Amino acid sequence: MTTPFYVSPEQVMKDRADYARKGIARGRSLVAIECADGIVMVAENPSKTLNKVSEIYDRIAFAGVGKYNEFQMLRNAGVRLADQKGYAYSREDVVANELANTYAQSLGQVFTNEMKPFEVEILVAQVGTTAAEDEIFHILYDGTVMDEDDYCILGGNKEEIEEKLKNGFEKDMTLAQAITLGANSLRTDSETPIDTAQLEVGYLDRSATRRCFKRMKKDELEEIF
Amino acid sequence: MDFSKITPLTDPGTSFIEYLRVSQPDLLPNASKYEFANSFDTASLPHATTVVALTFKDGVIMAGDRRATAGLSIAHRKMDKVLPADSHSGIAIAGTAGIAMDLVRLFQVQLEHYEKMAGEELSFEGKANQLSFMIRGNLPMAMQGLLVVPLFAGFDLARKIGRVFSYDATGGRYEELDYTATGSGSVHAKNWIKASYDKDLEVDVAIDIAIRSLFAAADEDAGTGGPDLVRKIFPSVATITQDGFEYLSDEEIEQRANSLLAGPEQGGDQ
Repeated sequence: MTTPFYVSPEQVMKDRADYARKGIARGRSLVAIECADGIVMVAENPSKTLNKVSEIYDRIAFAGVGKYNEFQMLRNAGVRLADQKGYAYSREDVVANELANTYAQSLGQVFTNEMKPFEVEILVAQVGTTAAEDEIFHILYDGTVMDEDDYCILGGNKEEIEEKLKNGFEKDMTLAQAITLGANSLRTDSETPIDTAQLEVGYLDRSATRRCFKRMKKDELEEIF
Repeated sequence: MDFSKITPLTDPGTSFIEYLRVSQPDLLPNASKYEFANSFDTASLPHATTVVALTFKDGVIMAGDRRATAGLSIAHRKMDKVLPADSHSGIAIAGTAGIAMDLVRLFQVQLEHYEKMAGEELSFEGKANQLSFMIRGNLPMAMQGLLVVPLFAGFDLARKIGRVFSYDATGGRYEELDYTATGSGSVHAKNWIKASYDKDLEVDVAIDIAIRSLFAAADEDAGTGGPDLVRKIFPSVATITQDGFEYLSDEEIEQRANSLLAGPEQGGDQ
């Protein structure tokens, strides 16, 4: 019988974290911004059909960056969980907080127990009746959860994007202002005009009564820029 | 969030019902687990009665009386039997109320779940078929007297027309050309509609026909609730058009009902 090589837990965790971070940094980033009309999520995404931003439940949206099949699987699991809970209890019992914690648990489990961690960073956003009641949970590949205010950045290149977001952010912006800010802060090259075909924008509409998630269509985006 | 239960072989895909079968089967209205003694009187349970659906120029009208009966007793006076299935379709229920309401709730989640998982809505045909399977699933209970026979109607966004489907207890699904009714007073309601129906009705006319057909049913059928002028309870009515499912307001129905009551409804005594 051969004895396996000893590798310290610190080293294992560090290797896994490096691996996950590298995978995430390869993809493009995404920002979520609270505004007067709701919560806006802007992503750089050339695909029209493979979405990074999507609906989970009445007032809850999901966004992910990194490996598409992995965050899509998480998103599907979230929709199933939310629909099941809403069916078993009531629609108002489905809340982002619980969902975020479940995601954190699952990602943490996979990170410590599986060969390969998920190469994803996700967010769960819940729109309130006022901006003060908005909730944005940012969850990392290892299960770390952060409760974010005002805005949130997913993916690599965080410092640069944060700089632009911080300077441009104001409370109670309109939908169009928030989308413009999001698109501008994601842009690495400020010379060329924004190409709406490269953007994916979804938002949680604060004033909607039931299903709040809406997707911005191409012509709506062109009108803004 | 337990991924281990879902392997590629058991993946429920876009179906919420299939997902429940894997994750929490107790939540499914599962017929086989109930076995009633022969003496169980299913007529003692609340039953929903007459509902109608008819197409008009811009879509469909769905309407229902408000009474639930348990045998010869009135179980409930203000039941809503016309419910939205999703943004552009509705379901109207007749039969054992408890089972029917469960079926509607599950159907609503099933449609929304599909839309979220697949990224696009089911076709109108697909929704009608889905309901068919769900009713067939209830067949063992229907044999024991717990019957559910809904109507499904809505605006088909692909074909740009209003469509009406009726069902039988075995899940049989029948697309109607123009109008239909189900429940204990349905014969009378249907006859009323038949006498006044025309293709491409204006919305106002179609709503009045729907309300009046329910009055006609209530006039002849003990299970169907008529206009309750004391408690101000009137039929519930919804229109489904390109703009989606919309209930008429209580005030509007009350006003329409009151103005209609001076007509043939006075008939019998005069």
